This record gives sequence, C-alpha cells and structure tokens, in this order.
Amino acid sequence: MVTPYDVVSKVVDPELRVVTIAELGILRDVAQEGARVVVTITPTYSGCPAMDAIREDIRKALARKGFDDVAVVTKLSPAWSTDMITPAGHEALHRAGIAPPGSTACPHCDSAKTLQISRYASTPCQALRRCLGCAEPFNAVKTL
Amino acid sequence: MTDPMSEGSSRVNQQARVPQRSGGTPLELADDALIAAQRLSEWVARAPTLEEDVALTNIALDQLGVARLLLQSLGDEDELAYRRGDAEFRNCLLVELPFGRARGDLDFGWTVVWLLFLAAAQKLRYEAWDNEVAAKAVKESAYHLDHATQWVIRLGDGTSLSRERVQAAVEELWPYTHELTEGIRDDWLSIVEPVLKEATLVKPSHDTWRPSGGRSGRHTEHLSYVLAEMQALHRAHPGVQW
Ligand SMILES: [Zn+2]
Repeated sequence: MVTPYDVVSKVVDPELRVVTIAELGILRDVAQEGARVVVTITPTYSGCPAMDAIREDIRKALARKGFDDVAVVTKLSPAWSTDMITPAGHEALHRAGIAPPGSTACPHCDSAKTLQISRYASTPCQALRRCLGCAEPFNAVKTL
Repeated sequence: MTDPMSEGSSRVNQQARVPQRSGGTPLELADDALIAAQRLSEWVARAPTLEEDVALTNIALDQLGVARLLLQSLGDEDELAYRRGDAEFRNCLLVELPFGRARGDLDFGWTVVWLLFLAAAQKLRYEAWDNEVAAKAVKESAYHLDHATQWVIRLGDGTSLSRERVQAAVEELWPYTHELTEGIRDDWLSIVEPVLKEATLVKPSHDTWRPSGGRSGRHTEHLSYVLAEMQALHRAHPGVQW
C-alpha cells in the first residue's frame, strides 16, 4: 500500500528539479487525521516563489493516488537551514552539476580552485561560481 | 478627515502595534520590508550587471517574503498592502526615498548605501525579536548586509567618481537613519561605522536635522508615488488574483 508519505516525499523541488522536497529538508511532516492528509512544509527563504508551486505539486501527487482531502501547512520554525539537506540530497545536487552547501569544489571536474562570480543565482538559495580548472560555471547552494 | 491612526488600527489586529524589545512594532517592520521590496524592484532588468540584477531582485524577494509573512500574521495581507492609504503606513522614511536625489533616479552607489543602512537595522531588530518570521529573516538580513558592505567598500575605496557618489548618498541618507535606528542607534553605529571607515567614507559633520514621522503615518511625497504603482492594479480590480 502506498502511504501519503511515500507520495509526498517523491515530489521534486520545482526549481532544483534533481532533488525531492524530502531531500531538500523542506518537507517537515506528513500526517493522517482521519481521511485528511496534513502535509507540513517549510520555506527555504521567506520569499521563496516556489512555495505555491510546491503546494500545488503536493496536492496533485496525492490526488493521483486517491488522497483528495489534503491540507498543506507552512511552518516557519525551526527555520530552514542547509544542514537540513540530506546526504542523498547532497549527492543528487552534485550529480546535477550543482555544488552542495559547504562545498565550493567544481561539480564537473572536482577542482578545488573555483571563484564566486555572483552571490546570487537563478534561485534565492544559490550563488554562481566558476571553475578555474575546467572553466565551466556552476551554481552552488549557499550555506544558510 | 478621519484620524489616520484609528483608521489604520481598524485593519490590523491587536498585536500589530505592540512595541517589541527590538524597539519596533510588527507593523513597522512589515511596512519597512514591504516598501523596501517595492523600491528594490525598480532595479529589475536595470542593474549595472546581470549578476547584480539577480542579486537586487533576490533581495527584493526576501524583503517581500518577510513583509508577506508579517502582514499575514497581522490581518489580511492584501487588504493591508493594497488598501491602506499613505497615512496608514508605518514604515520609516528611509525606505520610501528614491535611489537618488530626485524621483525616478536610480543610482547604484546610492542603493548600496541605502541597503547597508537598512539591512544593519533590520538585522538588529529581527535578532532582538522572539518571533518565528524574524528568526528566519535574520539570516537573510545578514546576507543583505554582507552584500551591501562589500559594495560600499568597493565603491567608496574605488575610483574618484564612485567614491563621490557613495559619499553623496551617505550624506543625503544619514539624517534619515535616526528614525530608522530609534532605540538601536549604538548597536547600528557599531556595524555601520567600521564599514564606512574601511570604505574611506565620512559621516556628515552636521547631524542635527533628523527627519521623522513615518512611524506615525506622516510620510514624504515619495511614498504616495510608490503606493500608486504598487496598488494601482488591486484598486482597479479589487481581489484580483494571478
Ligand atoms: Zn571544473
């Protein structure tokens, strides 16, 4: 039998599509209250524009498995930090060419010689770096 | 004319006007963040480099995120953001000023000085506030502060032109920092002064003109222009959704 947690934990982040919301640490809890599924999530950044899309994706994924009565609750405390990204999340980011938090090594060639080009990148949670080994640019998840 | 104070209080809950240990009320902090977000959004697609465009846009987004979370805790966020008149806003005057001497100006040096002053104050107020929104916002403010610090140093201790422009901004904006930092002045100075020093910038020697009034709803004309743009769509189409 598929549990609501199985379904919700496989929802991918709409911006970093290589990691699930569970791996990213933004999925806090999935509980069943009678027929209702209550999903608790937390935003990475206060203004993270992906939150609406994540709520929608959670509802859709659950509806596909027959869970129609769903409440998605946002909880701010404890505040999200990059420590909440799981080891599997770190691996998935690295495989996708994104340096996980705490690492500034090039995810393409593993060179440690890299430069920060911009403190902000395509999402609020990433910075932009460039590798001095292979010359490729890459995104890096900022440590928060 | 109705009293703007009583008019404003009818839209927000009890909690909105309770002074915090950090010296500000939740409504003041929410309005500072909201108006700062709207101001910063003027930089979208207009910053000097693509990276900086992305940076300022992200900082605007952080400010908007905090403003929304705070307003949601104080009442109906749309009602509060889009239906209040200028006299009902409690933001400090600094956040409503244009990024330059005149309306429509968009000076990058001016903006980073503005952000340095603002982020230092926001960080201190969020740190001192036992609130889950603030606990999250403090990390973001620290990043904004760091970003502004690096730019102020780079431009202040840069070319004669860049120095001239950030020095002008320090002088023009300094009077407004008194209202911004009410109750946290010493802590704020201990953050900002070392940055100015490293950037070879000097504080204005005259420090007696201290404009205020934002916290009681008496704003500059600039806020009205900010609100006109921010609220036009919602006022024309009440309740409109994307
Ligand atoms: Zn490389």
